Order: sequence, then C-alpha cells, then structure tokens
Amino acid sequence: MPGTGLNLKPWNPLMSKPKVAFYWCASCGGCEETIVDLAEDILGVVEKVDIVLWPVAMDFKYKDIQAMPDKSIVATLLNGAIRTTEQEEMAHLLRRKSVYMIAYGACAHLGGIPGLANQFSREHMLQFVYEQGPTMVNERKTRPQVKFADHGREPVLPELHNVVRSLDQVVDVDYYVPGCPPTPQITKQAITALLENRLPPKGSVIAPDIALCDECPRKASKPPNVAFTEFFRPHQKLADPNKCFLAQGIVCMGPATRSGCGAACIRGNMPCTGCFGPTSRVRDQGAKILSSLASNVAAKDEDGIRKTLAGIPDPVGTFYRYGLAKSILRRKVNLPPTGNDH
Amino acid sequence: MKPIVPKKHEPVRIGYYICHCGTNIAAMVDVEAVAKYVATLPNVAVSRHYKYMCSDPGQELIQQDIREHRLNRIVVEACSPLLHEHTFRKATEAAGLNPFYCQMVNTREHNSWVHTDRAEATRKAMALAHAAIERVPHHKSLEVKKVPINPDVLIVGGGIAGIHAALTLANAGKMVYLVEREPTIGGHMAKFDKTYPTLDCAMCVLSPKMAAVGSHPNIHLWTYSEVAKVDGYVGNFQVTVRRKPRYIVEDLCTGCQECVAACVFKEPKFPDEFNLGLGKRKPVFLPFAQAIPPIVMIDPEVCLNFKRGKNPDGTHTVSDKCKKTCVQACGDRKAIDFKQTEETKNITVGTIVMATGFKIFDARRTPFFGYGIYPNVYNALEVERLINASGPTEGEIVLRNGQRPKKVAIVHCVGSRDENTNRWCSRVCCLYSLKLAHLIKEHTDAEVYNFYIDMRTPGKGMEEFYNRVAEEGMHLIRGKVADVYPDPNDGATGRVVVQAEDTLTNKILKIPVDMVVLSVGLEPHPEADNLRRLFNLSCSSEGWFLERHVKLAPVSTFTDGIFLAGCCQGPKDIPDSVAQAGAAAAEAMALIDKGHIEQEPNTAYILADECSGCKSCIPLCPYSAISFDESRQKAIINEALCKGCGTCVAACPSGSIVQNLFEDDEIFSEIEGLLAPVPA
Repeated sequence: MPGTGLNLKPWNPLMSKPKVAFYWCASCGGCEETIVDLAEDILGVVEKVDIVLWPVAMDFKYKDIQAMPDKSIVATLLNGAIRTTEQEEMAHLLRRKSVYMIAYGACAHLGGIPGLANQFSREHMLQFVYEQGPTMVNERKTRPQVKFADHGREPVLPELHNVVRSLDQVVDVDYYVPGCPPTPQITKQAITALLENRLPPKGSVIAPDIALCDECPRKASKPPNVAFTEFFRPHQKLADPNKCFLAQGIVCMGPATRSGCGAACIRGNMPCTGCFGPTSRVRDQGAKILSSLASNVAAKDEDGIRKTLAGIPDPVGTFYRYGLAKSILRRKVNLPPTGNDH
Repeated sequence: MKPIVPKKHEPVRIGYYICHCGTNIAAMVDVEAVAKYVATLPNVAVSRHYKYMCSDPGQELIQQDIREHRLNRIVVEACSPLLHEHTFRKATEAAGLNPFYCQMVNTREHNSWVHTDRAEATRKAMALAHAAIERVPHHKSLEVKKVPINPDVLIVGGGIAGIHAALTLANAGKMVYLVEREPTIGGHMAKFDKTYPTLDCAMCVLSPKMAAVGSHPNIHLWTYSEVAKVDGYVGNFQVTVRRKPRYIVEDLCTGCQECVAACVFKEPKFPDEFNLGLGKRKPVFLPFAQAIPPIVMIDPEVCLNFKRGKNPDGTHTVSDKCKKTCVQACGDRKAIDFKQTEETKNITVGTIVMATGFKIFDARRTPFFGYGIYPNVYNALEVERLINASGPTEGEIVLRNGQRPKKVAIVHCVGSRDENTNRWCSRVCCLYSLKLAHLIKEHTDAEVYNFYIDMRTPGKGMEEFYNRVAEEGMHLIRGKVADVYPDPNDGATGRVVVQAEDTLTNKILKIPVDMVVLSVGLEPHPEADNLRRLFNLSCSSEGWFLERHVKLAPVSTFTDGIFLAGCCQGPKDIPDSVAQAGAAAAEAMALIDKGHIEQEPNTAYILADECSGCKSCIPLCPYSAISFDESRQKAIINEALCKGCGTCVAACPSGSIVQNLFEDDEIFSEIEGLLAPVPA
C-alpha cells in the first residue's frame, strides 16, 4: 500500500462490498451531479460498493455513521469547503471512520468558490447578506442564531467560521479529485483506482501533473510572444473558436492549471478558469499566473501597464477563483478574529 | 583527494561559522551568542565563531572540520558573497566537498554595518543563520561548466580610453572591433589644445595613437557607427552594428579632400561640429585635419544633391539637383556614393569594453552665467578650440566680434558641486581652468580671474602645476559667481560684469571682463541610459556606468565580460582614463587567454515532462536563452546562455522551470528559517 502506512488491504473483496460514503459540505451540489453524470456507469459503481452515506440521494442518519467502527468505511468522497462547525465535525467524524479521505472537487481540494469569502470578514459578509443586499428587506436586522428557544426546546444550528478552509486544512486527506465539478471521466478513474486498489502515493491529485496547454486543442495558435496590450473578459468579446484565448487577450488559467479535463471549457469556447488547481510544483496558482501574465504585458511604462491591467477588474476572483483558501494569501490579513479564529 | 559525495540518506551534518571580521561584525553582533544558538538548531554538527574566516587559518578550520566531523554542509555567516563566496566555496572544495554545499550569509553589509542596536542585530544574525541552516539540507552537488570564449573584443567609443584599450588588445594579437558614433575617433581629447600638468599638446600625444588605430591590422575601425543590438553572454556576444551612410565609400576615399575644394559651395557655410559651431564647414568635409579615418563625409541635411529634411525612416532622398563638382573632382576614385544606405554588421565577440565617454554640462541650464545669452560667455571646450592652432581662429583667442579680450574671468564648477544641477565634482575643472588661465595669459596677456569654490589639485604633479600657474600672476578668487550681466558702462563690445563674493575677504566683487569662460562639469553621456539597456549594465544614480566593486573590480561590470574604461564610469582625467583603459584591456585579456568561461551552475532548466508548452517564458528571457522545440512542443533553455536571473522561473505558470541553488524548497525553507522565533 504505497503511502498509506497500512500493511493490510482495507477490505477483503471476497467477504463483503467495500463501504463508501459521499458527503457534501460548503458546495453548490455540482459535485453530486457528477456522480449522477456517470450515467449507466453508476450502476457498476453501486454494484461494487456498499454506500453507507449519501445525503443527497439516500436516507442515512449521522448516528448510523457514529455507530460504525473506526476505519470501517473504505473511502469517503467529500465535496465542498469547510466553513461551519457542523462541516468541521462531519469531516473529523468521516476521517475517523474512513481508511481513505478523498477531497472531491475544487471546494474540498482548494476551498473553491466559497473560499473567495476569505476576502471579507464574517461580519462583513453577514451584514451584506442579511442587511445590505439589494434584494434584502430586513428592517429588524434579524440574523440567524446559533441557538434559539422554541416551545421549550433549544435547537442548535451550526455556526459559520470566520474563514473558509479546504478539507486538508481541517483533516488529513489521502487523495484529491480536482475540478468544479470533477469530470465523470476523472471520477471514474478515481473510483476504479480505488476499487482495483491501484492507488498512487498519498497526497496525489488524481489528474495529470502537467498544465492544461498540453492537451489544449488551441495550443499551436499561441504565438511565442503573447505581448498583452488589452485584456477582455469573456463576455466582452466574441472569441475566435480556434485561437488561444491568451492570444486574444482573454485571461485563460490554462497555463497554471492541471490538465485532465480534456480542455472541456475551451472546447465550449470559454477560457479555463483554473478549477483543477495548480500542478504539484506550484504552491500558489494565482501568484503564478499573475506573475506569468504580468511579465508578458507589452507596455513597459506605468500608465500603459495600468491601462492594460484595467481589463482585469477582479484579480482575486480571476486568478484565485478556486484557490484562495489554499493559497499562500489564504485570507485577508486584517480579518478580526471574532467568533472563530480559524 | 577523493571527493566526498554525501549519500542520499546520509544525515545532514552542517558546519556553521560566524566571522568577527575584526570588529566589523563582532562589535555589533554577539557572535558567541549566535554560535551558541545555531548549535541548537537541527542538523548542526559544528558551530563556531572566528576572528577572520577568510584568513588561511579560518579556511583551514572549515576544511579540518569537514574531515574530522564528516560535515556535508557549510554555512559561513560573514560579509557579502560578492567578496568571499568564492573563497569559502573553494575552501569547501579543497576539503573534498562539492563547493555548492557551502552557503554564505551576509551579516556585515546586511546587518552589522547598518544597525545600531546590538541586541537586535544579534537576533537578526540568528534569524539569518537559521534561514541558511534550513536551506542547506536541500542543496545539491552542482558542476561548474566550461564554455569556450571568442577571442575577439568589441570596444565601444573611440576617445582616448577606447583608443588605448584597442591598441593594448590589438598589440597583444587580439582582434578588436572599435565602434565610434562620430565620423572620426579622438573624442574630447582631440579637441583640447594642451593637457595639464605637463602642458604637452593634446594632439601631439593623441594623433600617433589615432594613426596606429587606423592602420592596425588587428583593429576593425568602424566610425560613424552605433551598436544596435547585443545578444549572448560573456565569451559569446552577438553584436549588431549600424554603420550610418557617410555617402563616401571608405575603401575608395584617399582623404585627398579634392572634393571639398571642388564643392559648389565656394566658402564653408555650415556650423562645424568639431569646432562646436565656432567655425564653418562645407556639406562635404573632413571633421578635422588629423581625423582618423582620414575620410570625408557628406552631410545630407545641407548637400544640394539631397532633398532637404529626413524621411520618416531617417534616410535622405537624392534630389540629383547639384552639378556634383565633387564627383568630378573625385574622378576615377569613384569614392562618392549618394545612394549609400545604412549598413548592418553582425559580429561575435567574447568581451566588450565600454568607453563611451561623457558630455560636458550644458551651461544654458545655469542661465545666470549668461551662456547662450551673451556672446562673450564661452564654455571651456569652445575656448580649447579657440586656443588650438587648428581651431576656427587658428589659435588666436578672439571674441565673436573679432576683438582680443583684455580681461577674462574663468568660472569653476559650472554644473558641478551644485545642488541644483550636479552634486558631483567634475574632477578636472580646477586643473583645466588653471591650464586655460595659463594659455589665455600666454596667448593674449589678458588679466585672468579664476573664481573657484575650492582649489582641488590632487594627483602627481598637479599641486606643482597649480603653484606654477599661480605664480604667473592670476587672480585667484575663492567665491561662487552669482551673476553675469552686461556692463552698464559698456557701449558695444559686449563686455559683461561678473559678480561674486570673495569668501576670503567677505567682499562682493563686480568685475567687468571681456570674456567669461565657464568651466563646465562632466555629465553621463545622453545615450548612457540606452546603452545601459542595450548592454545590460547598471548605472549609479547619477547615470555613470556602475563598476562591479569600487576597489576590487573597478573596471568590471555586473555583466560578465563587459568592462569599463574612461569617463563613462565617472569623471576622470586623461592619465586615469588611459590607466583604466589599460586595466579594462588586461581584464578582457585575462578572460580571453584563459580560453574558457567558467559558468556558475545557478542556471535554470525546464522539467521537460512537466512543461505544457505554454510559451509564457520565451519572450521574458533577457538573454534569449529560451526557445520552443516545435517537435516536442516544449520550451528548452540553452544552459550556456542562461545567466540565472530567475525571471522564467518566477513566470512559469505550472512551476516547470527550476533554477539550481534557487529551488522552491530551498527558498521556502529559507523563509521558514528566517521567520522562526529567535531567542530574545
């Protein structure tokens, strides 16, 4: 068993079907869709495994999981970032019960879109969502309560952490399945590797460790000197479907992003937004693409540079769309440590 | 000795040494406390402090420890690696360990010299040490590569410095390309009359050297030419030189100047550049009598056979409207070619000597001296031409109105030692002012007033020269000139009054004079900034090319293989320029005669399997070392061209470029060590 430190196979294939859990934390649900997107292949999966937890599709209770012996689940595929006390608790529980903890999808892997909340304090966010949002009418400024009394009972609700974290910032993670969402193909690959016990070294991301340009159908159309004079956002320009996005001045995260998706967005004439995350050699995907793009700006004077870069109005949302929580930046430094100091 | 090769799983054993550097470090850093602290850090087997690590016993200490304690990493906390990295790497190597297992920490320039709080400086020394201790376990064994050197030399600038460097190298059998932007070599020195302190004639000294350059079999002399592009690296620079059209075929012109005599302009009519506009020349002209090469040129701006004005691309169009008497005079020599166009030459050289000189301060920037306003106010270089026998007045010092001056004021430090213009001392104006004072007195018997701030005459024979001139009966007035204005009592001669405070007598002086000579200072060449970019040099804040080290490498630059000579590096007089040119030539020769360049292994390389071929790095390389392999669809770095600047490493979006000695693990560990808590 490379990298796991276990000498025994986690289950005996002759005895029973391996137990598998699917769980979701701070995510949009898209990752769950991917499981369903396996289409008829899902039947093969269901046949080979014993699903013990899948809140989106099946009815299990958390106490059933709590009652299971430790390490009795072979693998938990957990999607979503960790931003509430409940998610953190479940992550720890499932970690304890599972042989393999698999961060499934960009949010669990890198913090994902919810990780962009790390630009703001929790108070700032709650204030906007419950008071200042343009569609919000809340004259009494009611906020969700962690505890409240109702007919003599006192229900407790999860509390929002101050900072959104990737799964591995909370518990030990064995493997990562990247993507927003992971493609059915990469999901199948991960599940097959698991079932056939052909697992790569612990900590691997189940995708090629080379950037997207490698498999991009537009690779040849990128000139050797892409000197940026202007940047466009995808809606500002009708993109030439055969030309490298960067050569058209449209920010494409491809050069800084793992391949393995088959350049799905590019084939849909949309630039890569970086959901597969960086290669194993990069610690901060956003910093890397920023460094690469900024170095290739044609203008050498400050005014010219400023003009060119004005085409990227939201650099954090562009370069750290999925990776802010896991980046070296991680969060805004002056976040007040209220509520929860994570 | 058998080299020590640390085995893969052999534990890291670090030897740490902090140098006292006499008291340079020890006075501000508690070296003993630092050594004690470092001894507690992981992987440290030996931790010592020593008075002078760079001394023989200091180096021996390292070597002995490597042998006795089986050290496989060395950290020396001392001065700048610029000074002693080589020393300690060599010491490490001498004990059989790969030299790149040795890391230096700069705790002198970066710490003891810049701090005043001993406790804090000591903590900083600890943090810096910790950074290196965390870094070195990631170090790898690296090889120094040898690359052959091209023995040819490019010299940029044909003033006295360039000339001397060219002759020194050419006489040693090296092939030299001497590129000069003006139509003749000679530079500023060719314009001078006499030189201090010996008062020998400038051209008598210079012209034999100019002639030697012109006829030397080892020198390609390209005048009226400019360097347009420089690629490559020490040992192998690819240089593109633009040769501007002079409309004369150099090989065919004999320098007879019959064309000049035959020109349809019977009289010289156009301002003569060599004489700073004080004289006139024809559209076809020889810059001056002893010009090298002795080849005329045609000024297309004024020659009747060209249309007036430049085309947008900088060329000129032939109008064919002239009788072309010059062509008739040239006859069978057929040296005149109105259709000549710019020519591009591509050469490869191994080393380069920059001798691009200076420009004199433009006295119009200090309008209170009246230069450019009152005709009787001259700059010193103009006066050199007036005194010179081959100048516009054939050595007669006469004013623009034809009169001889009877009273002359010489104003020192114009555009020097002045907060509003240039803060630096021109290094030459005291002495050349004294020289001009002597020459003016000799030629005109005028009364000469020298206004100086301080009289600075250092150097061999200079103080004696000052005494000699002072005894000739000058007025030497210590005081800054505040104003020059027309003499209200003067009708038409253009006499001006020089107002100054004599700071020795505390009196305001107002002295009417016929002529004012402004001893202008020296400034970086206006092209210096472009040249800096072109040759990848550094400049001081004033704009002079920066030497690698003011004492240890005064003619080297931060770009290997490029050396400095003369005033492009800073103001200096002729003896110093020549001495520096000799030194630059010797440095170039030391490289050439070694036959190869030893290349630091801090180069970058591409992880071929991991490169996605995104091409982001290719245009960024300042040394054009990266190309795209079309067949494999990957970028490749030419290691011989890579200078280890790290630009591509930072910009590779997938982290697929690695730089030796600057790997991510090394840098991140260093940062972690640096930020780790240190004892209070």
